[in-house]
Amino acid sequence: MPDAIEDLEIQLLLEALFQRYHYDFRHYARASIKRRLVQARDQLGFPTISALQDRVLHDPAMLPRLLDYLTVQVSEMFRDPSYFRALREKVLPHLRTYPSLKIWIAGCSNGEEVYSLAILFREEGLYDRTIFYATDINPEALAAAEAGVYSLDRIRKFTENHQKSGGKSSLSDYYTAAYGRAAFDKSLRENVVFSDHSLVTDAVFGEMHLISCRNVMIYFDRPLQDRAIGLFRESLARKGFLGLGSKESLRFSAHAAAFSDFVPEEKIYQRREP
Amino acid sequence: MSRAPLKAVAIGASAGAVQALLTLLPALPATFRLPVLVVVHVPPDRANVLVPLFQSKCRLTVKEADDKEPVVPGVIYFAPSDYHLLVETGGDLALSTDEHVNYSRPSIDVLFESAADAYGPALAGIILTGANHDGAAGLKAVMDAGGLGIVEEPEGAYASAMPHAALQACPTAATMTLDAIASYLPSLGTA
Repeated sequence: MPDAIEDLEIQLLLEALFQRYHYDFRHYARASIKRRLVQARDQLGFPTISALQDRVLHDPAMLPRLLDYLTVQVSEMFRDPSYFRALREKVLPHLRTYPSLKIWIAGCSNGEEVYSLAILFREEGLYDRTIFYATDINPEALAAAEAGVYSLDRIRKFTENHQKSGGKSSLSDYYTAAYGRAAFDKSLRENVVFSDHSLVTDAVFGEMHLISCRNVMIYFDRPLQDRAIGLFRESLARKGFLGLGSKESLRFSAHAAAFSDFVPEEKIYQRREP
Repeated sequence: MSRAPLKAVAIGASAGAVQALLTLLPALPATFRLPVLVVVHVPPDRANVLVPLFQSKCRLTVKEADDKEPVVPGVIYFAPSDYHLLVETGGDLALSTDEHVNYSRPSIDVLFESAADAYGPALAGIILTGANHDGAAGLKAVMDAGGLGIVEEPEGAYASAMPHAALQACPTAATMTLDAIASYLPSLGTA
């Protein structure tokens, strides 16, 4: 049965990636990983996933190309504007009471959400007292996030989202357009620390007041989701906030009892008192 | 033709989907014992109306699929707007925000290909009306895995491009009018 062989090849490739490079996709939701690996195999021109494995084991230059398939995340600035509106109207009034703030954007990919939050915090006058930690496992995505340059044809959607989120300024105040690209203002990343961090293999990260991790955990299987949520639980300050993607939930998690619903329709949770 | 018993039904529809599904889904009896997984292409801002609309007209439970939710027989699951819907081999549903496939998210191909992996020959895939080519590769995966392929007769469909593309990819799929599918479908899950 060819499918059984393919499933075995996928398992072996994921094991090889972990043992050789310490990238651990073994507990990623398998159906999506399979789609991505089949796509990588076809587009990179390998007859089988085993052939792809052979190459990536012996040629480290192949690793970033494969990672691009395995970690590709398509996002938008202010994706799900109602989420950002809820942060603005319901979460920030609480955060405002702290003299200094730490925010963690876990799985920041190419940085769209980092700039969205930076703009939101600037509009609300909280930027200067905040440190943003933007983490991802893909070094190329982190570099793109740090560069903050997006194709100009995406800006119309970003602008529309920003307005719907209750934006108080014009998005065009924050970027310079040239040669078909929009470069976001570097003052937006003055307080951003970009860092390599894996929710799969790395540890707790500071004492955060807000963690935003959206549409990252849908790629994990249940045990790995629980590991990540446990990490968030331990990384949050007392009464800190956790924001998930619109179709993600703590409902099935072993850590559900450690959080209370804060804005349930936007999947914003609050850490209960320990 | 003898077949192994089915474990799930997957349906893909695009332009004209709501009318077509209003013919199919309310015709399912309360005793229907298969899960029904549905991908419909609709603009994101209109997506929220599907579940309440169909829940009010169907005898089966209708819901939007949640991530990592176990698939339950006799439930109709709609893919949420702006997410792909997949089936894991263990029988859980999964969502993804991967790039659009065939300009679509959710994409019918993504659902059908993962469901073909998960259910093999125990899956029926149904392609209905639509003005694009999504679902053709997916239905081929379903039939390659030994599953049952059904395509709405293009001439009678609201939009014929999608059924045409599916038939081109799967010449041996059963071609049926919408009404014929509506009277056949209940028999697949009430044996």
